[in-house]
Amino acid sequence: METLVYKRPESLLKDGQFTFCPGCGHGVVLRIIAELIDEYNLKKDTIAISSVGCSIFLEKFFDLDVAGASHGRSPCVATGVKRCKPDKFVFTYQGDGDAATIGFNETIHTACRGEHITTIMINNTNFGMTGGQASATTLVGQVTTTTPKGRKPELTGYPLHAAEIIAGCEGTAYAARVAITTSKNIRQAKEAIRKAFEAQIKGLGYGFVEVLAACPTNWHMKPIEAVKHIDNIIEQVHPLGVFKDVSAQETK
Amino acid sequence: MAKVLVKGNEAIAQAAINAGCMCYFGYPITPQSEIGEYMGAHLPEMGRTFITAESELASINMVIGAGTTGTKAMTSSSSCGIALMQEAISAMCCAEVPGVIVSVMRGGPGLGNIAPAQNDYFQAVKGGGNGDYKTIVLSPSTVQEAIDLTYRAFHIAIKYRNPVMLLADGILGQMMEPAEFGEYPFDDPDTSSWALNGADNRPARNIVSLHMPEGAMEQLTDRLFEKYEQIAKEETTSESFMIDDAKLVLTAFGSVGRIAKAAAIKARENGMKVGVFRPVTLFPFPDKDLHEVAKKADMILDLEMNKGQMLLDVRSAVFGACPVEFFGRTAGGLLTPDLIYQKIEEVYKKIETKTKAGVV
Repeated sequence: METLVYKRPESLLKDGQFTFCPGCGHGVVLRIIAELIDEYNLKKDTIAISSVGCSIFLEKFFDLDVAGASHGRSPCVATGVKRCKPDKFVFTYQGDGDAATIGFNETIHTACRGEHITTIMINNTNFGMTGGQASATTLVGQVTTTTPKGRKPELTGYPLHAAEIIAGCEGTAYAARVAITTSKNIRQAKEAIRKAFEAQIKGLGYGFVEVLAACPTNWHMKPIEAVKHIDNIIEQVHPLGVFKDVSAQETK
Repeated sequence: MAKVLVKGNEAIAQAAINAGCMCYFGYPITPQSEIGEYMGAHLPEMGRTFITAESELASINMVIGAGTTGTKAMTSSSSCGIALMQEAISAMCCAEVPGVIVSVMRGGPGLGNIAPAQNDYFQAVKGGGNGDYKTIVLSPSTVQEAIDLTYRAFHIAIKYRNPVMLLADGILGQMMEPAEFGEYPFDDPDTSSWALNGADNRPARNIVSLHMPEGAMEQLTDRLFEKYEQIAKEETTSESFMIDDAKLVLTAFGSVGRIAKAAAIKARENGMKVGVFRPVTLFPFPDKDLHEVAKKADMILDLEMNKGQMLLDVRSAVFGACPVEFFGRTAGGLLTPDLIYQKIEEVYKKIETKTKAGVV
């Protein structure tokens, strides 16, 4: 008897095609999100909030209701939606330029208010869509189009560690940083996003998952080199881990 | 319902509650902070949403979130705070998200001062946001009208799926006078055909403001401008006061429209034929009505508490039908009935001189 072990999630559009660069991490994360929405039977109750950057085209991939937000403001749009429809499932999908740079004030305040929404933040340490400029999470020494000799702390300071800061907010129920460089950590990333979704479903508070993702085009690396760069270099600066899990604290 | 003595800002807040405003998102700024305070005191106990947002950027984007679900929501602010909302107001027009924005103008530019002013006509009517778009702008001149126009703002925001701005000033916001809260008089359209509530046994929907395919943005803008024409046909409102035989017509909006009436009455008492034309909707601007008025008048005197902003729309509407003079003070300089009367005497002489010379 045949057993179906791999199928397209219902929450992805049947004719939707990812338009990301080869080796980009967005497609993996969008698929994880779609799988989880299927697993929790949330398709009929989900409103996804897109943002500005490579994270923008959610309606081209998801078979879900989508509201668009201006750059950095998707947590605010999500707050408005969730307060009006508290029984619906609301998540934002943002990059490091959106959630950690122009919109970090909004991200922090959404966390402090303990909004019952979930944020998935793709961190590829640069503004991907506009051609690879330095963002708040760019590593010291990282070459970008705006730091052609590498990010110099004396000129542009130090990388922002989003997941750790969000974990410090009282309204945060779950905050983690994950990677999607191996099969193992893709599974761990899915479990982290599951926990962040459950924090919303159970009404525990704000869930935040930062996903380290490759941007081979703007890093000027081959996809396989980009993945190794995350494991060997980026994780030294932006370490993987669960920085807050209210549900785990309760069970102790 | 009996009249009550009520402050302008609180009247707007209570009217919003009566209109079914389920959410208020705002950030404090003088001279409109009473709106947020009133909402904070009343909405939570009614089971509705009140959030002091982290900024005006946040509050208007929360209004967008509520609006995408078809829920009535409002924010309020003043001058520099409204400036921060412009990107989102442009996005609301593009994505057709309803919402009500109350702007209680203070003196500017910059942080300016907290005195009453009308120097944000351009900001409200022409918009500081990007692209071709129109915000519907309603301009009350009394506390009673602020109540009535707040009701109307909520209705037409939903009706046209467009942001509506109630443009008040510090005089109206801070002034107390008797007013009556009638019942919300409108039947609002059903939002279920477009609102986001999850793709349950229907195709997924999106409400976004990015339209990249070739031609898509122009096509959308053309459709939006057809909608704006429809709004102009159905919603344009103005008030004419002692205008039928007026040689000199005063044009003014908001609080100054009211002050102008007092000056016109005094002018009539002194034998000058003066009337007042007051646009109530600033977009859509009552240009056709004003043009008809201008054709019968000898002169128009535009009065504003700014350096001449509505003046451009007045001149455009008059289109040479009669001369247009301007008198304004700005950034807290008040136009009193006496000041306006002095200006009326001054310009009325020009009409009489021309009449004697056979020019008019």
